[in-house]
Amino acid sequence: MSTALSDYTANYSALALPGQDLPWLQQLRADAYTQFASHGFPSPRAEEWRYTNVSALEKKAFKPLLGAAQTVDAEWLKAYQLADTYSLVLVDGHFSADLSQLAGLPEGVQILSMAEAIQTCPEQVAAYLGKAVSNSEHGFIAFNNAWFTDGVFVHIPAKCVLDKPIQCLHIVTQDGGLATTRNLLVLAEHAAAQWLETFVGVDVGYLSAAVTEAFVGQNAELTAYKVQCESAKAYHFGGLYIQQARDARCTHHNFAFGGLLARSDIHTDLQQAAECELNGLYLGVKRQHHDNHTRINHLKPHGISRETYKGVLADRARGVFQGRVVVAEDAQKTDSQMNNRNLLLSADAEADTKPQLEIYADDVKCAHGVTVGQLEEKSVFYLQSRGVDEETARNMLTFAFANEMVDKIKIKGLHDLVLAQLLERFPQAGIEKEWL
Amino acid sequence: MLSIKDLTVNVNDKKILKGINLEVKAGEIHAIMGPNGSGKSTLSHILSGKSGYEVTGGSVMYQGKDLLDMPPEIRAREGVFLAFQYPVEIPGVSNVYLLKAALNAVRKHNGLDEVDAMDFLTLVKAKVKALEMDEKFLYRAVNEGFSGGEKKRNEILQMAMLEPKLCILDETDSGLDIDALKIVADGVNSLRSPDRSFIMVTHYQRLLDYIKPDFVHVLAHGQIIKSGGPELALELEEKGYGWLEEAAA
Repeated sequence: MSTALSDYTANYSALALPGQDLPWLQQLRADAYTQFASHGFPSPRAEEWRYTNVSALEKKAFKPLLGAAQTVDAEWLKAYQLADTYSLVLVDGHFSADLSQLAGLPEGVQILSMAEAIQTCPEQVAAYLGKAVSNSEHGFIAFNNAWFTDGVFVHIPAKCVLDKPIQCLHIVTQDGGLATTRNLLVLAEHAAAQWLETFVGVDVGYLSAAVTEAFVGQNAELTAYKVQCESAKAYHFGGLYIQQARDARCTHHNFAFGGLLARSDIHTDLQQAAECELNGLYLGVKRQHHDNHTRINHLKPHGISRETYKGVLADRARGVFQGRVVVAEDAQKTDSQMNNRNLLLSADAEADTKPQLEIYADDVKCAHGVTVGQLEEKSVFYLQSRGVDEETARNMLTFAFANEMVDKIKIKGLHDLVLAQLLERFPQAGIEKEWL
Repeated sequence: MLSIKDLTVNVNDKKILKGINLEVKAGEIHAIMGPNGSGKSTLSHILSGKSGYEVTGGSVMYQGKDLLDMPPEIRAREGVFLAFQYPVEIPGVSNVYLLKAALNAVRKHNGLDEVDAMDFLTLVKAKVKALEMDEKFLYRAVNEGFSGGEKKRNEILQMAMLEPKLCILDETDSGLDIDALKIVADGVNSLRSPDRSFIMVTHYQRLLDYIKPDFVHVLAHGQIIKSGGPELALELEEKGYGWLEEAAA
């Protein structure tokens, strides 16, 4: 073990992590701990991490925050906490009952903190935890398994269409803090739910490492949103690992705006005739590094996947897109499309894009396309020819490029939140909301 | 209105226009016809200010001003309008916003107040109706997913809103079925006025059945090789361009 890692592993046994009285969870954590202690965080030598170096994390030694005082500015929180949702607020990796709003849950729907779920319904947690992603995936998973302090547990019973979206709002308040959270989403057959995950933090350096496993039952439908607005000094890892049963549908929208170094993993396994749509927008300014890693596994026939990721990169920012689609031998009639487009706004910005199609079936329709570049001159000219000056035309086109992804958001409050964040963070002045 | 004298233009060091002379007076409609590759589109692009062309000689004066000195947006604000052969799709910018931004840019340039939202909507909806377009098009992204006919109609809508002085229609008839062609032609005809001029660039005589030109010019190998009245277009339809090209050679 490197001395740097020992900053994380020291005193591990003294941490009062939830579930210490559950042998199965203790075993899971012990295996994860061993894995992490020997391998650490992922190395750029691993193919799926070759563009993203997280070695800084070993030097920083972020500390788990246990029982830390939770003070959150209510006004600040209001900007991110959406009305008309079942909302769960996790402050420094711990559920805050005071800040959360779970009143009026329909009968049979379970939405509660992970720490509470481990106490009150451990057999349900045991049935799903670690079933969509395992320690061997990479160091962040092992780290999360070993260190997670809390999170959210959701179970939507069969045929239930949840009336309001569920919002999970992660807030980190402590400099040098570590927020390690684990969520489980279970949608039984024919159920439908919307899940929004929002990551924010005060203007300090910290590590937010969140893993979500989602189980979407037969003919069930999950619409998930991730809005990552971490502080500019923060490190972020967020992984979403989905299991889609037969005919299950899943749509994910990933907005990567914040953080100094941020990585998202979105993986989904599709059974027969399951459909998924993955959308993403990453906006990098200054020295931000955004890495988005997606994997779509078509395991059975007739699956459909659609993927659109867009990046806008200014200054010295770097954006990474790795999109892997695997079509198993048994997954005939798969229909898959992947698209990644990057707009570079400065000569020092960088985009690394790597689409990967692995097709083992012979009767499939798969397409992918990537672009890295500047605005299309014919579009600039078209706007100019209508009287719009060149600078405004370029701003409009750049903003429109990004806004196309924001427009896909179906929840009004969330749409407005994401749009406001985009407007605030956009590298160019002279962007007008009126354009939209 | 427009005076083109001895205009020569290169693209990538290749001579495309080799001495064009053209006088367009207020209220006139000029049709520029010619075979593919004759330089027709280059001429419309040069007039509207598209980059990538090198003017090697001659002049273009518009209302007494040097047109070639103006960036594209100033030409637009001064009243030059190009209806594109291939209108560009602009995802993420709504059609109604572009119309409003364009109209206000033109008005501001000409010392007029910007129109307020209510007046603008009343105005644009009337124009939409006249062009038999669905109001929904206003709220869609500019040209995105529009059919060929819808795109051309949208060009005419923009033209109707901006009320330009010099309208250049670049192959406006291409890709239009007969019904769409009639609607587009009606739109153009309704804009005819004694102080508005048109240059219609077209390969076929078909459009000229619906929009009657005052003059027809034949452009071949970068030069206007013959000019005449509307009857010239009919002759071309019958005989093709070959006899003129031979005569000029």
